[in-house]
Amino acid sequence: MRYAADPPAARLTIALDELVAIYHRPSGATHLLAPPAPELLDALAEGPADAPTLLARLSRQFDLPDADPQAIAARMEELVIAGLAWRA
Amino acid sequence: MKAARLLVTALRDPETVAGIEMADWTALLTAARAERLLGTLACRLDSRAVPASVARILADARAGADEERRAALWEAEMARRALAPLGIPVVLLKGTAFVAAGLDAGQGRSIGDLDILVPREALGEAEAALRATGWEWVKENAYDDSYYRRWMHELPPLIHRDRDRMIDVHHTILPPTARPTPDAAALLAGAVLLGNGLSVLSNEDIIIHAVAHLFADGDLSGGLRNLWDIDRLIREFDGESFWVRLQERAERHDLRPAVERAARQANDLYGTPIPKRWRVWDSGDPLIKRRLLARDGWGRQGYPFTRLYFFVRSHWMRMPPLMLAKHLWTKAIRKPA
Amino acid sequence: MRHRFSVQVGAVGFRIGSAWRGPIAALERLYVGYPKPDVPDMTVRLFPEKPWRRFARPSVAISGDFWLPDAAPLPLRQGLLAAEMGMNLQVALGWRRHLLLHCSAVERDGRVLLMSGASGSGKSTLATMLALRGWRFLGDEFAFVDLEDGRIHPFPRASSLKNEAVAAVRSAGGAVGPVLEGTPKGMIGYWRPPEIAIARMTEAAPPAMLLFPRFGRPENVERLAASETFMLLTQASTNYVSLGEAGFGALTRLVQDLPALAIDYPDGEAGMMLVDRLWGET
Repeated sequence: MRYAADPPAARLTIALDELVAIYHRPSGATHLLAPPAPELLDALAEGPADAPTLLARLSRQFDLPDADPQAIAARMEELVIAGLAWRA
Repeated sequence: MKAARLLVTALRDPETVAGIEMADWTALLTAARAERLLGTLACRLDSRAVPASVARILADARAGADEERRAALWEAEMARRALAPLGIPVVLLKGTAFVAAGLDAGQGRSIGDLDILVPREALGEAEAALRATGWEWVKENAYDDSYYRRWMHELPPLIHRDRDRMIDVHHTILPPTARPTPDAAALLAGAVLLGNGLSVLSNEDIIIHAVAHLFADGDLSGGLRNLWDIDRLIREFDGESFWVRLQERAERHDLRPAVERAARQANDLYGTPIPKRWRVWDSGDPLIKRRLLARDGWGRQGYPFTRLYFFVRSHWMRMPPLMLAKHLWTKAIRKPA
Repeated sequence: MRHRFSVQVGAVGFRIGSAWRGPIAALERLYVGYPKPDVPDMTVRLFPEKPWRRFARPSVAISGDFWLPDAAPLPLRQGLLAAEMGMNLQVALGWRRHLLLHCSAVERDGRVLLMSGASGSGKSTLATMLALRGWRFLGDEFAFVDLEDGRIHPFPRASSLKNEAVAAVRSAGGAVGPVLEGTPKGMIGYWRPPEIAIARMTEAAPPAMLLFPRFGRPENVERLAASETFMLLTQASTNYVSLGEAGFGALTRLVQDLPALAIDYPDGEAGMMLVDRLWGET
């Protein structure tokens, strides 16, 4: 399954504490997201990707010793339901 | 002057508001809000030419209309994502279609529910796909359900459980029981792709649907707004052979008298340019005009007797008489104590 | 409409039309000395449910620019409450010039204390009692947050005190009246803000502290994380969603800058002392 998201300019992102508040401009909806969801959305800026590719993109920036693609896919499905991403 | 009159005049000739007195401004703005035309009015008027307190109200109305526009387009996109796997055409109707297609009629327009048109044979699949992506029945009620399914031109309304927004899925633009029978297949065949996976009706069909909505969908309440849509659409689409095409198309959908009546009203109230041969006298026009202009400066609708007539009439148009009796009876006994 | 009244409260110009003289007379007394709007922002209508109900067991239906389909009418002797509810309804459903928070607000030394909470939390009573001790009363129902600079604009309506709060404010030296008995919310008493609060109703001030009070519990103070405050305030705002990005900007700015505390307090006196202490620490 490949996922896509709106470009970063479609989102207004404010880090409040460990949670990040995101205003999604196309929908007008506000989301409070915990890591790694905001990072996943940013990683999709390079273009649509499946879970292993997203994991690879994240690994370039972050230390992810025990991350697995299934957990990434589960987070992505949550983002799809929220309307922040879609299946490409 | 009656508030509805002030509103019509301000929409038609925005520069005439220069001479309006403070008390009349209050009446005008209240009537505009009640007719769901405040956003439209705000986009028509030049804020620099009005008193400061009025300019603030108009700025709020414009911001509100921008938000409604965004929400409407997002609902359309959500419906597109839900229905995309079916590979059926999804045709936007009414306000959402106006803003999605960038039409003048969408400027500042208030938009409530999402209305879409799908092929009748795809209704079942569409319903299942929407229910699988978070839309739910507004009310679980066997009578309304069978009433909708047997007699109406749309599914019972669905509401999204997270976004709290309604969608009306139509398979044609008038109930099957109504006397005129629009050609649903022609509506779909004439639809125009917008390039984002969604469609709108052809120019002529957009106008014809706006007319059907004005006369057959309810008791003419909100009629000034629907008629304003018709005025803007006609002005935008007018051109080479437009009136011939509109007439032919209206004929095909069994709605020619209604389209001509609406065009006459729009011409009378909003100065919509229409051909000379469309300007005939009709004994029903003054009553409709009176009903359209019923709103007062406190936002109330006057003329209860005129309204009752239109209520009965609108139900009459939707359903043959025996069914009307049955419907009113069922409604009456279901009324909570 | 037959009887009418208009009043400017803070940023909002109201117009109230009524089929009866009574509610209008009560409004004139409660709002004497308030300015008048030239073109009001919001209209309230008080009218008989059915034409004959103007005289026979008159009951006041509430409507206006905005309305709720299931709003129950009130008996005519509670006409003032109907008018106040109608005004609240217009603001809650229709206002979009500021971010609205369901908060009471008082000001001291040019800085605003916000108190958020459900009915019964004591936020109205606390704001009223603080105003009796020299704080400037900005409002007990809505805080109007400026969308540009985040300052709090006053909305100094008469405070509506419920049940025990009437006696509490009276014993603290406040004049409460009129008092309506047997309303759907119990006994309601109106407390008119001090003249200075009315005279300065256009002066906004920046917020300095946000409290979530809970009345009738052993004293306790807990600091809230910004994300938690954010979530609570989205629920305490009637227009956050309809404001879109402007609302998001105003609310994120507010919760980032503002210390937010959940406070439990056993009674009014203890609540005041706690507020004084916490205010001194900010």
